[in-house]
Amino acid sequence: MENLNFLFAAYTAVWVLLFVYILVLSRRNRSLEKDIEELRAMLQRR
Amino acid sequence: MGKTLLGNVLAGVAGSAMLLAVYMVFIYVPTDSAQGIVQRVFYFHVPIAIMTFVAFGVVAVASAMFLWRGTRAWDRLAHSSGEVGMVFCTLVLVTGPIWAKPIWGTWWTWDARLTTTLILWLIYAGYLMMRNVTASGEQGARYAAILGIVGVIDIPIINRSVYWWRTIHPAVLVTREGGSGLSDPRMQATLGVCFAAFFLLFLWLLFVRNENARLQDALEDIRQRVLARG
Repeated sequence: MENLNFLFAAYTAVWVLLFVYILVLSRRNRSLEKDIEELRAMLQRR
Repeated sequence: MGKTLLGNVLAGVAGSAMLLAVYMVFIYVPTDSAQGIVQRVFYFHVPIAIMTFVAFGVVAVASAMFLWRGTRAWDRLAHSSGEVGMVFCTLVLVTGPIWAKPIWGTWWTWDARLTTTLILWLIYAGYLMMRNVTASGEQGARYAAILGIVGVIDIPIINRSVYWWRTIHPAVLVTREGGSGLSDPRMQATLGVCFAAFFLLFLWLLFVRNENARLQDALEDIRQRVLARG
């Protein structure tokens, strides 16, 4: 099939970029939640 | 707990819609007689472009509300939508050239539609960077809000560019003659499903990114309280 490689490249680019962004967002959120919990615990100890 | 449930529901619905979209793009929709199989890029490229406009439209509205009301929630929404919009705009500028190469014989041309879309990307890259170049966060947010409102003027120019100027970029949804560029109802249905799938994806990404911004602000507030206690 002619130009199948271009179709494959376009859809791969979409999924890779979206997947990377979703991964970055979820790691950022987990890290923030952890930091908030640690600081809350610190506040409660004082 | 409510926010987690909403996030999970949005993720589930967006994921399901995207699976249906992929099925329709690769299995259901017929192959275009003129461009062949590579034309299927259209079913993602166009909805991603529309979601870019929606995202930056949200930036403009939320920025205006932030300048008017001054509440952080509006600025968080604007900033979040700006970032998600940049992801979508980048995808437009990636999928477009990949599609263009086999059809037009070139990756890029300084055609009105492509150039104004690149300008949009640059404007909102500036919007995101604005916050980091000012002395205070509040000042950066205000300058960014102004840019976020002004930048949206590029969107109707992008939309009308294929009608105002002689461009190589086609006008497919509404042709220059006024009719629809999609004759087959299966193509119309596939495009409709892809629009819905990307809209749901945009909503979910905006929700997650906005939650991220809210947590960032909460962390900063708690840090200040810890420092105040000494």
